[in-house]
Amino acid sequence: MYDAVNTEQSVQQTETKISARNVQVYYGDTHAIKDVDVDIADKTVTAFIGPSGCGKSTFLRCLNRMNDTIDICRVEGRIELDGEDIYDPKVDPVQLRAKVGMVFQKPNPFPKSIYDNIAYGPRIHGMARNKAELDEIVERALRRGAIWDEVKDRLDAPGTGLSGGQQQRLCIARAVATEPEVLLMDEPCSALDPIATAQVEELIDELRQNYSVVIVTHSMQQAARVSQKTAFFHLGNLVEFGDTSQIFTNPEDPRTESYITGRIG
Amino acid sequence: MTDAANTPAPSDMTPAKGSLHVLDARTKKRNAAEARFRIYGLSAVVIGLVFLVVLLTTILSNGVGAFQQTFISAQVYLDPAKLDKKGERDIEDIKKVSTFGYTPLIQQALFDKVQELGVETPLDSAKDMKALISASAAAIVRDEVIANPDLIGQTVEFRLLAASRVDGYLKGRVTREAVARDKNIDAEHLDLVDALREAGVIAKGFNLSFITGADASESRPEQAGLGVSMLGSFFMMLVVLALSLPIGVAASIYLEEFAPKNRLTDIIEVNISNLAAVPSIVFGILGLAVFIQFMHLPQSAPLVGGLVLTLMTLPTIIISTRASLKAVPPSIRDAALGVGASKMQSVFHHVLPLAMPGILTGTIIGLAQALGETAPLLLIGMVGYIATNYPDGLAGGFVDPNSAMPAQIYEWAKRADPAYYERAWGGIIILLVFLMTMNIIAILLRRRFERRW
Ligand SMILES: Nc1ncnc2c1ncn2[C@@H]1O[C@H](COP(=O)(O)OP(=O)(O)OP(=O)(O)O)[C@@H](O)[C@H]1O
Ligand SMILES: [Mg+2]
Repeated sequence: MYDAVNTEQSVQQTETKISARNVQVYYGDTHAIKDVDVDIADKTVTAFIGPSGCGKSTFLRCLNRMNDTIDICRVEGRIELDGEDIYDPKVDPVQLRAKVGMVFQKPNPFPKSIYDNIAYGPRIHGMARNKAELDEIVERALRRGAIWDEVKDRLDAPGTGLSGGQQQRLCIARAVATEPEVLLMDEPCSALDPIATAQVEELIDELRQNYSVVIVTHSMQQAARVSQKTAFFHLGNLVEFGDTSQIFTNPEDPRTESYITGRIG
Repeated sequence: MTDAANTPAPSDMTPAKGSLHVLDARTKKRNAAEARFRIYGLSAVVIGLVFLVVLLTTILSNGVGAFQQTFISAQVYLDPAKLDKKGERDIEDIKKVSTFGYTPLIQQALFDKVQELGVETPLDSAKDMKALISASAAAIVRDEVIANPDLIGQTVEFRLLAASRVDGYLKGRVTREAVARDKNIDAEHLDLVDALREAGVIAKGFNLSFITGADASESRPEQAGLGVSMLGSFFMMLVVLALSLPIGVAASIYLEEFAPKNRLTDIIEVNISNLAAVPSIVFGILGLAVFIQFMHLPQSAPLVGGLVLTLMTLPTIIISTRASLKAVPPSIRDAALGVGASKMQSVFHHVLPLAMPGILTGTIIGLAQALGETAPLLLIGMVGYIATNYPDGLAGGFVDPNSAMPAQIYEWAKRADPAYYERAWGGIIILLVFLMTMNIIAILLRRRFERRW
């Protein structure tokens, strides 16, 4: 069933991009993430799997401090990006998010043109000196989002007028347009058909050449296909973390095993 | 799949749980409830429409009269011996002649006209014409002469304002029975009016000065207009717009997007909602105490009126702005933050444009409310007799004493003369036209901003 795993056996030893130690997250009194330690490697795809409500999204959002926008959310512990504590008071989350991009579970294009959707990030970060450069950035991003061919004739059309799957690829293109170092993706394929999913997975595999990618997914096959590392969460705990091949073929924890074989979740 | 599944059911088969062709009791009851509810809803709408129609027809039938005015055309000989005794055409000399100098000329002109037409009337002197002509006609002729002194010595055709009673007679407001007890006019005069009307000397025409003119004294309703108080309202609205839009929108953005959610902001929130429900007269007395008595701003000035109305409009704008900010989906904010926009960029680049239609609608509705507001103006003296002409310039517009449309209407409705009653209704028509225009603008803006996506 998980043949794909074998093709991804060769995981190079790469340096750690993000390291989380002893992370706790509370929503008011709810303890949503408990004692999570994890090292996310550079140029690697890391998958977060686990039953609904176990805290995958919550933990993912800690990595670029999107949780700051939730008033009742409190994060404890230490999360480092390239050895720098991202929760240090000196860190401006805006600067952090330029390095750690995010694709959300629900496609959320801006109600602007397709072009402006992509160009917005590069514009506010001053990545293009003139219109020609910006055009180039937009085209490159749309190509990487595997959506260029579908939208190249209607860049002025609203992004919200695309289909759900196209919108999601637009959002992925928007996220890569700012050239982040880490890309966080929260169930990016939950609105996509198998073809678009395959395209996105291909894209993820390609992104791995340059970035560290963290993907939350409910599809075991997808995790097995695209990731080199897998983290299994359960009720706010990180139960098991290791090479994807290892987790799917020979899990250590009985909870992991019952989840990937479909007995819990 | 067997063949049986594909062939239509034979007629001897009976459905296990009752036929679909027979309504069961529960369905019947539900349908009846729905039908009843539709009838309630429909009758509510019909009642509302009936009231609206009654209201509009009443206003129109009472008010259109004000847009018509009776005029007398006469050839006035501008006698140099009376108007410019020295004969030097010196403007200072001409200005020395007051309206009393003009009145006899006008009366004479009309009397000559009557003689010329050969109308039979017991009125046999020029002085008897006084009751027909508005007291302000002389002022109008004098203004014309001062503006153009070369007219002196010529015979000039004037369209003179008829007296209010004559106007009322032509409009059916003044009847012969009522005239019996009237000291301003009598039956002989009305006979003369009939004759002159036949001859085309007296006729009704469009009353432009009702829209552009200033208020007039109690005894000259024929001259009163809404123009100056319209300007007063205009200057007030400028103040309201210039203050309440930026303050209101800034406050709402801060409260909605940036302020921490704690007890203090909760209290502020509750207070803003409560402010929206405070009776407007309270704002009036507050304005009197703070702006006039404490800050010594001029009384009756549109500036003060605008400040008071700003206080009143702010809660409306803040509430509607916050509602439209809240309605912007949070995913848009996440999207902006996700690509590394700052909080402020996410608000100004993405949230605000989406909330714009709501903000504009709220603002215009707030302005429309302020435009129709009367009570607070009574307390700061923005009601009263402003018969002077237009303020001289923009700055003067803000600080010169003025009235406002609704206050002027209130003032007219208070006066005893039924001619003023008609003008009050006419004023209401103008006010409603303004309110309607503002609402249409709100709708158009809404469409324009929404159609982009
Ligand atoms: N904004 C919030 N306020 C309060 N509690 C929250 C909030 N977001 C998440 N939680 C709680 O935190 C826990 C983890 O939620 P999270 O969204 O991280 O789950 P998840 O693993 O992403 O689930 P799913 O797979 O369904 O997306 C849940 O119990 C949830 O109820
Ligand atoms: Mg989730």
